[in-house]
Amino acid sequence: MIPEKTTFLAHLNQSQRGRIVEIKGGFNFQRKMCTMGLREGSILRVVSKQPFMGPITIAVGNCHMTIGRGMAQKIVVEEL
Amino acid sequence: MRKIVLMGNPNVGKSVVFSRLTGANVISSNYPGTTIDFSKGLMRFEGEKVEIIDAPGTYSLASSNKAEEVASKMFHEADIVINVVDATNLERNLYLTLELLEQNKPVVIALNLWDETKHLGIHIDEKKLQKMLGVPVVPIVALTGEGIKELVSEIKNATSPEKIKPTSDEGRWIEIGQLIKEVEQFEHRHHTLRDRLSDLTIRPITGLPIALGIIFSAFWIVRFIGENLINFIFNPIFEELYKPLVSQIGEMLGPGFLYNFLISQTYGEIEFVESLGMLTTGLYVPVGMVLPYIIAFYFMLSMLEDTGYLPRLATLLDNVFHKLGMHGYGIVPVFLGLGCNVPGMLAIRSLETRKQRFIAATLLSISVPCMAQTSLIFAIFSNPEQQQSLVYAPIFYILIVFTTLLILYFVAGFLLNKFVKGESPEIFLEIPSYRVPHLKTSLKKTYMRIKWFLKDALPWMFLGVFLINILYTIGIIDFLAALFEPFMETLFGLPGETSVILLSGFLRKDLAVGTLLSFPTGTFTAMQLVIVATMLTIYFPCIATFAIMVKELGIKDMIKAAIVMIFAASFVGIILRFVLLGV
Repeated sequence: MIPEKTTFLAHLNQSQRGRIVEIKGGFNFQRKMCTMGLREGSILRVVSKQPFMGPITIAVGNCHMTIGRGMAQKIVVEEL
Repeated sequence: MRKIVLMGNPNVGKSVVFSRLTGANVISSNYPGTTIDFSKGLMRFEGEKVEIIDAPGTYSLASSNKAEEVASKMFHEADIVINVVDATNLERNLYLTLELLEQNKPVVIALNLWDETKHLGIHIDEKKLQKMLGVPVVPIVALTGEGIKELVSEIKNATSPEKIKPTSDEGRWIEIGQLIKEVEQFEHRHHTLRDRLSDLTIRPITGLPIALGIIFSAFWIVRFIGENLINFIFNPIFEELYKPLVSQIGEMLGPGFLYNFLISQTYGEIEFVESLGMLTTGLYVPVGMVLPYIIAFYFMLSMLEDTGYLPRLATLLDNVFHKLGMHGYGIVPVFLGLGCNVPGMLAIRSLETRKQRFIAATLLSISVPCMAQTSLIFAIFSNPEQQQSLVYAPIFYILIVFTTLLILYFVAGFLLNKFVKGESPEIFLEIPSYRVPHLKTSLKKTYMRIKWFLKDALPWMFLGVFLINILYTIGIIDFLAALFEPFMETLFGLPGETSVILLSGFLRKDLAVGTLLSFPTGTFTAMQLVIVATMLTIYFPCIATFAIMVKELGIKDMIKAAIVMIFAASFVGIILRFVLLGV
């Protein structure tokens, strides 16, 4: 099934939800995301976005985390 | 001796479990990365003494920073592993658990924060989890001690299950998916006040004003507690009890070398700040002036840490810190460093690259005044004699000093980011749930930190006075001071005598302030005092911090950092001279 509407995590707005479709970037980056529970199929919510390309805080399950905008630009999500 | 190692993700409460098992006190906080090194302790287990090791938190055995490297190394030396798991975040925590179980080491799992799962509407079938993983699983609440006994009795049943085979990342997540489906159920629940508070404090529009409010009130409270401790406890003790005692000793000694060394440079009246004796200034400055503020600061910091606020502040400030070659976590060493630079220096280990660590350490040593420096800066301008030379209220001058340090932090960070080679990765930080700080825990932590300060930092301060007094007595200080005198006037517009202060400040900044105050009123104008105070803070850290920096950065980077320090102090001194003195 091809997802309806995909975009990068960095482009989601505050409070929007998304499902991870793909994590781009190198092996180490994918692995790091993976150990934190960010992988294909995970559902996340954008808690906040700091201005001027600042970091983005997301909630995955019960866990909140802050990741850099650059990282968020490597995560492809399907808008929910 | 057999080794039992506590392993787990950051901020799951390993240190609390460690304290419970060993009875030893270690620092724990509500943010990831509090344990950067390991702590060791002893416990009785099956009639023999075993060593318990509290490893730094890690998400995986493949490490991405220094603290995680330590954790991975500890794991390989372990005979038995206690895997502490955050039950409210079971899915993510299980990743490390599976990695551990693949490695053929006996493991027992402690499901911590068991009480929280109930508030959050999470149901975990721990019996089923135990059966599926093939190792003992014990629910615990480390903060209250619930379940610790059961955990201890299960240690002997720790096993390495055969059925968990090494697999890929993908394979592990498939296994975790199956486990979660079988053992965990969620109740739907509504947004609580805590969630709303969490959102408000991390969104920029509401978060930044709140941050300013929190920082401002924190420092106001520190000042309030510190001043009252001094006025109502420390000063009465020194003036009423200690002074008569020292006078007695002085009379017994009579004038001479010993009197000068121990009591005062001039025979007669004892002035705690200006006399410069080992038993007077040497004791009074660290204990009577600095310690009250250290107590106040660490109490405030402990409360702030235990709520879980600092990672949110790190998120809000990430942008700014990125311009300085670090990321938002860089605020943590700054906060710790405002108490004492030594723990601040140790906290830089949580930063990932050499560049980040170098910048964080250098900036910490040049522009983050520790509580000792801060209380002395306050003391200079609040001194009744000096106040005659002040045109404005003391706080005006104090603000100039701190604003200068703040600007220096940004300018130096910006430049270092440009010129230091290396990478500066983005922030990647878990945000813990808010918890109401537990007064007893915060007080205990404050007590531990003060004990540490008395044990590890205070002796250095005494050594400093000792060396200074010897150097004075044999005339080395005067000789060097004379050598540097001309520079003071031409470069910084300061009286030649300042060279004595800056020289003694290499060993003892607090003593340098004592020296400063011992000069006759009128030697310095108010603005000159500002310049001296600022330069004293910038140009070199205390010996204790210096020793830690060498250890953390290596001798080569330390020399580079020292060059930055001297350069920064001179540069700021010259700039201030033009701005404040206008010559």
